[in-house]
Amino acid sequence: MSQATQQDAATGVIESVSGPVVTARDLDARMNDVVYVGDEGLMGEVIEIEGDVTTIQVYEETSGVGPGEPVENTGEPLSVDLGPGMLDAIYDGTQRPLDVLEDKMNSAFLDRGVDAPGIDLDKEWAFQPEVEEGDDVSAGDVVGIVEETVTIDHKVMVPPDSDGGEVVAVESGNYTVEETVVELDSGEEISMHQEWPVRTPRPAVEKKTPTQPLISGQRVLDGLFPIAKGGTAAIPGPFGSGKTVTQHQLAKWADADIVVYVGCGERGNEMTEVIEDFPELDDPKTGNPLMARTCLIANTSNMPVAARESCIYTGITIAEFFRDMGYDVALMADSTSRWAEAMREISSRLEEMPGEEGYPAYLSARLSQFYERAGFFENTNGTTGSVSVIGAVSPPGGDFSEPVTQNTLRIVKTFWALDADLAERRHFPSINWNESYSLYRDQLDPWFEENVTEDWSETRQWAIDVLDEESELQEIVQLVGKDALPEDQQLTLEIARYLREAYLQQDAFHPTDTFCPPEKTHSILTTIKTYNDEAFEALDAGVPVEDLVSLDSTPRINRIGVQDEYEEYIEELKDDITEELRGMY
Amino acid sequence: MKEYETINEISGPLVYAEVDEPIGYDEIVEIETEDGRTLRGQVLESNDGLVAIQVFEGTSGIDRNASVRFLGETLKMPVTEDLLGRIMDGTGQPIDGGPEIVPESREDIIGAAINPYSREYPEEFIQTGVSAIDGMNTLVRGQKLPIFSASGLPHNDLALQIARQASVPEEEAEGEDSEFAVIFGAMGITQEEANEFIDDFERTGALERSVVFANLADDPAVERTVTPRLALTTAEYLAFEKDYHVLVILTDMTNYCEALREIGAAREEVPGRRGYPGYMYTDLATLYERAGRIQGREGSVTQIPILTMPGDDDTHPIPDLTGYITEGQIYVDRDLNSQGVQPPVNVLPSLSRLMDDGIGEGLTREDHSDVANQMYAAYAEGENLRDLVNIVGREALSDRDNKYLDFADDFETDFIDQGFDTNRGLEDTLNLGWELLSKLPKAELNRIDEEFIETYYVDDEGEEVEATAD
Repeated sequence: MSQATQQDAATGVIESVSGPVVTARDLDARMNDVVYVGDEGLMGEVIEIEGDVTTIQVYEETSGVGPGEPVENTGEPLSVDLGPGMLDAIYDGTQRPLDVLEDKMNSAFLDRGVDAPGIDLDKEWAFQPEVEEGDDVSAGDVVGIVEETVTIDHKVMVPPDSDGGEVVAVESGNYTVEETVVELDSGEEISMHQEWPVRTPRPAVEKKTPTQPLISGQRVLDGLFPIAKGGTAAIPGPFGSGKTVTQHQLAKWADADIVVYVGCGERGNEMTEVIEDFPELDDPKTGNPLMARTCLIANTSNMPVAARESCIYTGITIAEFFRDMGYDVALMADSTSRWAEAMREISSRLEEMPGEEGYPAYLSARLSQFYERAGFFENTNGTTGSVSVIGAVSPPGGDFSEPVTQNTLRIVKTFWALDADLAERRHFPSINWNESYSLYRDQLDPWFEENVTEDWSETRQWAIDVLDEESELQEIVQLVGKDALPEDQQLTLEIARYLREAYLQQDAFHPTDTFCPPEKTHSILTTIKTYNDEAFEALDAGVPVEDLVSLDSTPRINRIGVQDEYEEYIEELKDDITEELRGMY
Repeated sequence: MKEYETINEISGPLVYAEVDEPIGYDEIVEIETEDGRTLRGQVLESNDGLVAIQVFEGTSGIDRNASVRFLGETLKMPVTEDLLGRIMDGTGQPIDGGPEIVPESREDIIGAAINPYSREYPEEFIQTGVSAIDGMNTLVRGQKLPIFSASGLPHNDLALQIARQASVPEEEAEGEDSEFAVIFGAMGITQEEANEFIDDFERTGALERSVVFANLADDPAVERTVTPRLALTTAEYLAFEKDYHVLVILTDMTNYCEALREIGAAREEVPGRRGYPGYMYTDLATLYERAGRIQGREGSVTQIPILTMPGDDDTHPIPDLTGYITEGQIYVDRDLNSQGVQPPVNVLPSLSRLMDDGIGEGLTREDHSDVANQMYAAYAEGENLRDLVNIVGREALSDRDNKYLDFADDFETDFIDQGFDTNRGLEDTLNLGWELLSKLPKAELNRIDEEFIETYYVDDEGEEVEATAD
């Protein structure tokens, strides 16, 4: 967005300044209009109008801004620039590209009052028309294609608010995003550039029931608690339990076409890690650089709080735009608690009546509005696309009963509960298998059964049963010790140990183990099940349990994860286990 | 510059004055009392005609007749390389009787956020000589790693040990000087504690490379909100303009947060959890995030904030919000302390988020990550079994369980307990780790690559297969 020129009619005067909240008098503005505040032109948004006084949240640091300075209204709601050039980009919370800001400010520190368009307005793209003169097009229709990155073809669409019409002029060639690529008989000129207000969902025809899983390559997620393409998931956990690593893993390995990663109020060094790592990683689907399908939004914890409030919306609007093109988009938001806290901070500066724990009463409404923008959609142009939303939650003290976690759980259908105890034992990913759930299991099972293996749900149920039994037995063990248990229960504990160590645990930093395809996930389970079945046979035949739990071959189960050529390894291992056990009776 | 005698309300640390010109938010204010004292403050809220001023030195002695001057600029820290070796009070005035400071430039103490795009990811291993940190929770240059402690625990000794011993072996090997410049920001600590630090700096000669900002327990609480910002502004200047590697020790963050709460209460703000202001996360982030490295700059800012957890409770808002911002935490543990373990670091809840990228082949040693993971798992298992031993006794446990119990004991006495004066190199730390792990059967070491087991596992004969690497 470029800075508006001076317009007297829309100019007001600052009355008071308190942190990110500024009030102005005599400003002619509508709710949620973007305004420029003070002599330096800091970007802000109207959040309250009371009589002659307008309250503005400012997206930049307000030190030194004082009453009497002007406030200028742009008359537009907070919008993002949509068009080719968003992938491989890194934005702040109001879609200012951070690399451009570095150049413009000529400093490693973020200065104030500098604005930059979200997409490069000068770059030329090679436009390939998909329509011909004489074709009728309507809102949402694809009129052409540009290659945005090696991985993604950017589809140029008729804006959603267009009335459509007959194409009268279209030609392939190189264009900047603002140049007209298609002309309609109504006189409307279509360019690659669209603007869309971030707080309004982009239109679609219908939201449908998702039936395909978003494969993450993480065993505990794909195997036990899968999320659908177009689904929603929450990852709550105390600090140090692995939220961010899990989010990074999903951003790296999820089989989505596009990944939008929103770092909302998180650590600067962590965002740098993403910026440095992702360009070097390959997209598991195409082998191209991972950044070619990724859009990063980084609003670190020390960047202005109001921009933290908006970064979530910026992210989801970009995600919806790619969904409209027919892509499967995954949006990771780390962390939605910081977003909620930003709302709380602004709300308390407005002296609104607080709800639970000081959060504004509209917290629940805002959270559900956000998650409802996820889904598997039929788009206005007839394609289907999805936006999956995975939100990290950072509950204070790891207490899941706090408002943000509770309100999130009421909406999302997948819950990956991170557990500090598991993290302390270095059980990673530290997703608690007793507390987590996925309501997508049943609707995704047919896909797994068709595409991976027929006994997918059956084997999973066996693993869940063993793990459930283990957690019951552990309570007894804590009281009387393991040796006091009957032999079959001791054996169950050993089987469960392998489930935990070889199946549930996964090393995100190991080059091979970091991504586990569903086939491998399943084979690890069947290996442990082979051990289970053979060992119980042996137990029935009178072999003492001490011998059954100290086989030479079974420790190799723990190494399946790191094997590249796992099929052969597993076949051999299964044979060895069977042989060793059958040799005992 | 206009002078006002228009104070119309004084409440706690706040003064409200009427003005007839626009005053900028965060601007610096001087208040002169009738007895000739000059107090400094900062604009907290600026309305048309009325400003709220937070007075650093406290409001006692101010009356309605005191005069108020607005300096027209936000608080600046005069910075120069000559600050090294100096001792300042909590508002940046020298108190060591040394020469006047001639600043090279004056920097706004509210630092701008570093553009994440301009940062460089920290991955240079800092050897602190403390096994519990180097081996298990490795610190890297540009990291912010707080010490979570509580009253009566030796967190200061640990911080001093780190400040004294921290070095970068890689650069030492190349003959470079890798010593850190230490910036010490004290907030509300006692004179005795401050002396402990300053004496130690003097004794070891580190004072020459240090800048001390001391806001003591009897100094005004409100001043505490400024002290860490002065310290960090100085740190950023030395690191990013003068190429120093800076280690910032901030203690005690709990006192800082108490000061925030005091100001919030005086302004009658809607309180958040336990009365702390709702913006405390944002406020703490503006401190902690001022650590890191910047592309193309030589220096770095590494932060070790210390906080004492009220009631040893890490779900208290102060440690909780800190943990969500910093890159890990080091827990000082009361039980280990009473057992005489020095330093009493409980590695289980401790964490260094930047460890994985700072260690391994070419950085520390190839087996570092595996060894750390295995020791974590083994210690956690042994620690878990201790509860059971209390009920059923050791005899009732299996041989395997007993080995883990022994491991946990040895881990505490041999690995963690090294004393505050021992500077243990990383090789020694890892070899010691292998010595302990080798008491477990090879098959139990499922987190270690088989190759490393071959190389480093110490067999019964006590012969290590491979000599130590260089």
